[in-house]
Amino acid sequence: MPEITLIEGLRQAMDEEMARDDRVFITGEDVGPRGGVFRATVGLFDKYGADRVIDSPLAELSIVAIGIGAAMAGMHPICEIQFADYIFPAFNQIVNEAALIHYRTGGDWHCPMVIRAPYGGGIGGGLYHSQSVEAFFAHAPGLKVVIPSTAYDAKGLLKAAIRDPNPVMFFEPKKGYRLIRGEVPDGEDVLVPIGPANVTRQGTDVTVYAYGMMHYYALQAAQTVAAQDGIECEVVDIRTLVPLDKETVIASFKKTGKALIVYEDNRFLGYGAEIAALLSDEAFEYMDGPIRRLAGLDVPGVPFAHTMQDLFMPSPEKIAHAIRDLAAY
Amino acid sequence: MATDVQIAHQIDDTGVDLDAKLLLELYWQMVRARRTDERTWVLHRQGKIAFHISGIGHEGIQIGAAYAMRRGYDYAQLYYRDLAFAMAMGYTPHDFMLSIFGKAGEPTSGARQMPSHFSSRALGMLSSSSPVATQVPQAAGAALACKLRGEDRVTVVTLGEGSTSEGDFYEGLNWAGVHKLPLVCIVQNNIYAISVPVHLQMAVPNVADRAPMFGIAGAIVDGNDVLASYRVMSEAIQRAREGGGATLVEAKTYRPVPHSSDDDDRTYRTRDEVETWKQRDPILRFQAYLRERGLLDDEAIDEIEQRVRQEVDEAQAAAEAAPYPPAEDALYPLFKPLDEEA
Amino acid sequence: MPTKVIMPQMGESVVEGTVGKWLKHEGDAVEQYEPIVEVETDKVTSEVTAVTGGTLLKIYVDEGQTVDAGTVLAMIGEPGEAVPDVVESEVVAALGHAARGSETPAPAAAPSPAPEPAPPRASTTHVTPVVARIAAEHNVDVSRIQGTGHGGRVTKKDIMAYIESQPAEADLPPWERPGSGDLFKIEDAEAAAPQQAPAPAAPPDHVHAPPPAPGQPGDLVPHSTMRKRIAEHMVLSKLRTAPHVTTVFEADMSAVMAHRAAHKADFARRGINLTFTAYFAAATAEALRRHPHVNSQWRDDGVLLKPEINIGMAVALDEGLIVPVIKRADELSLAGLARLVNDLAARARSNALAPDEVQDGTFTITNHGVAGSLFATPIINQPQTGILGVGAIKKRVVVLDEDAIAVRPMVYLSFTFDHRVLDGASADWFVAEIVKLLEGWG
Repeated sequence: MPEITLIEGLRQAMDEEMARDDRVFITGEDVGPRGGVFRATVGLFDKYGADRVIDSPLAELSIVAIGIGAAMAGMHPICEIQFADYIFPAFNQIVNEAALIHYRTGGDWHCPMVIRAPYGGGIGGGLYHSQSVEAFFAHAPGLKVVIPSTAYDAKGLLKAAIRDPNPVMFFEPKKGYRLIRGEVPDGEDVLVPIGPANVTRQGTDVTVYAYGMMHYYALQAAQTVAAQDGIECEVVDIRTLVPLDKETVIASFKKTGKALIVYEDNRFLGYGAEIAALLSDEAFEYMDGPIRRLAGLDVPGVPFAHTMQDLFMPSPEKIAHAIRDLAAY
Repeated sequence: MATDVQIAHQIDDTGVDLDAKLLLELYWQMVRARRTDERTWVLHRQGKIAFHISGIGHEGIQIGAAYAMRRGYDYAQLYYRDLAFAMAMGYTPHDFMLSIFGKAGEPTSGARQMPSHFSSRALGMLSSSSPVATQVPQAAGAALACKLRGEDRVTVVTLGEGSTSEGDFYEGLNWAGVHKLPLVCIVQNNIYAISVPVHLQMAVPNVADRAPMFGIAGAIVDGNDVLASYRVMSEAIQRAREGGGATLVEAKTYRPVPHSSDDDDRTYRTRDEVETWKQRDPILRFQAYLRERGLLDDEAIDEIEQRVRQEVDEAQAAAEAAPYPPAEDALYPLFKPLDEEA
Repeated sequence: MPTKVIMPQMGESVVEGTVGKWLKHEGDAVEQYEPIVEVETDKVTSEVTAVTGGTLLKIYVDEGQTVDAGTVLAMIGEPGEAVPDVVESEVVAALGHAARGSETPAPAAAPSPAPEPAPPRASTTHVTPVVARIAAEHNVDVSRIQGTGHGGRVTKKDIMAYIESQPAEADLPPWERPGSGDLFKIEDAEAAAPQQAPAPAAPPDHVHAPPPAPGQPGDLVPHSTMRKRIAEHMVLSKLRTAPHVTTVFEADMSAVMAHRAAHKADFARRGINLTFTAYFAAATAEALRRHPHVNSQWRDDGVLLKPEINIGMAVALDEGLIVPVIKRADELSLAGLARLVNDLAARARSNALAPDEVQDGTFTITNHGVAGSLFATPIINQPQTGILGVGAIKKRVVVLDEDAIAVRPMVYLSFTFDHRVLDGASADWFVAEIVKLLEGWG
């Protein structure tokens, strides 16, 4: 089975869906001949032409709004925002328009579109190429929010998102674009349903919840503490932030009684806060220790100098430390 | 100054060749929209409804534009003053009455939205919302979809002149220009954005002066002249349908009523100005035109008024009798299920 | 120092007791564990035994007097020891709870206080929710466990390890451990229940699926013996014997539900599934005690008021129904009733009832609500005078005294009575009594 990078998984997903369905087209800055600034769409312009891989003006609001109108009119657009840090001009169109169309028309219209953006830090990107923005969108009712952490899931989830009749925010951990590799079968329709979380490591002592790059690190930390301290972690890859797979999240907590939630977004009111509240509310009687969050600092993410960046970002070592601490409680 | 705009009193029917039946239908549509709108004001002042945002005074451009479209085929994305436009597309007084009372069965949103947020997939009206100008780039997106599919379908989008200050307006028309989209954007310039007069909204005398900026065609029309509006819109729609790209149509008109049922317009304009513009009312002008051509007399005018009155009365009664939506309708699903897409 | 003899709390909701008969008198010598006095409540008669040996020095409460649980009844001590003339009441826990260290029994409205708290631990650690829950479920005193968490905290792992290392039921006092279910051990191989069996799994209070109907459309299904018997009895009862009248009342089950919620876990630990049927049986038994004319039988020469209250419970079977009888239902506590109700129902369904368990009933309750029926007009089980139908408990909107609107769990009680024996008024007073008992539970 071929081993591919996470970003290759994305590219394959878009290629296959474009081939499968004429309604699918891609728009965003530099997506055409350049193939995207991270080369997520390389080769697609040559294969499908300027009518289906459309270089947009430098105007994020319009990238999304054009997508909304096209989606209402029956297309399945994939709208790329070059960096999640630049999504904010389109915020109104996303949370006030795309998210509401199905609900506000009682299902008469719907909005099948994918808005994809690379997110996350640890790449020397400074304050405007490193941000995590998933919490803003997870909070708005009417949007699905998906974050893959493996090459297989990147491909399978993006394909599912493109086929989904609803607006899907698809955030890609850019640090993992080439760092994360995995086996993805050739010649079959790799589809990962949007919704179910994934228990990627079974254990009994502590549950570590994570997504994106942090899930990748969590697995490393789990291996370390198992080898060095005999602590057996269960690791849950959230994958779909909205709608959240509450069942899997709670079931794992019932097993271990201890939760560590890892996310690189600013800690205050980040996505992990919702999981903490959920566990405390619906699984209180299974709690064997405080529910802990390990997250980015509460300062703008992420400062450029590597010393500051290292302080900001969670890492496998920091995760292992937090696991040991919680396991000993 | 707001009153400096020069507007003709007559109807300019140059190049408009419509038979008597259609001309009378245009008149009837204008009256129908007007009387529905007026009744809604009455209901609000009676305390029976909570909110109304009116389209009185805009019937000329709206009816003219709707009839220039291939209704049932072309798309329209409207804004909150477009009651006449929506009714010409097939939205009924009954539909509208359900929305102002917030009753079950309200077709555009199940009473989840405020009234005047026109939407109907069956009638080709794309969903619209409250944040202004968001519809312009969305309509451009719909036009793009039509172009990508090789259809000759045209998308018409409307907004007020105040909304053209939003970035969405520029970004949408920019796309329209770059990709030569089959789009017609109507700016219904009624001189006031709530209370803010147009000279505080833009430094140019006409919104349409901005069309070259996008590389698209522009046109200015007397929005209170239904036939002139019809002609200008027909040209723009034809251009779009034949692949000639987009047009920015500016309709000069006026809003003789306050912005909405909560607005007090005495704070920002004089009664004189309002009265002056009332003399240029689109329905009165068209009525005079039709009388001159022997297509309308007192009896015919009365008959139309009676017919319209009856429809409005029935619509109101039906809406008042309709039940409210159950509270659980608030929990309508956020997401369309996966396998239900047509 | 003399020892006090105290009026115990003899039931979940019982706050007082009556001194029946003094078995020992002032000046008598008593041995440890020897019964000294009989005490009674509405539901049960019991004996108080001496906690220590000695001489019964003074009796404070005479026969026939009713006093609160906790009242000092007498003093035992050395001959000639001085005893006070008046003694303050003691604080007591309901019978059966005294031995539990970390638990807090709480009958809903009765002033029964918590037992003494466990002695404080040396460390300042706390118990996490999961440890508390596991401790409660297994009746474990957390203070006895060595903790390996921070500051000696008992972790989930610690308590699970502790439980796995303990013999089963070691913490229950002997009188808490459920017996076999048989009143006498029967050597016979046809014994109804095996020795040392735990209380049989009670049927849950929910709808039973309808039994599969035998035969296909077009078949003639021959009568089973049971079907013939039921048919005969129904015709005899309704058409040939008693003029049937049904009166329907509704009862607000909130108090019962609260009581049940508060005690279910407790009862479960004693091996008893506390069902709603037990409450209905208890209320009916008490109402029958207060209205003996309903616990009766029409005879040509008079109405025979039955000496015992034996309540039959109609149990639906695949092929019909059977009515096991709770003998002397008014003498049982709620726990006793619950246990017996479940046991009889289970054995009815497995066809394991003894002949005398379906005889001598004086009143019948039919739980027609289990499949959703709201109210019914049941047929009297001859030769009884009445039958009480209990409908489904459903949440309904009700108007309270102050014209406020509330949502309450309501149940309809359908009482069919023999109009030869009872008139409408007396029948209604009887059912009203049941409603009052249910609504005021606890």
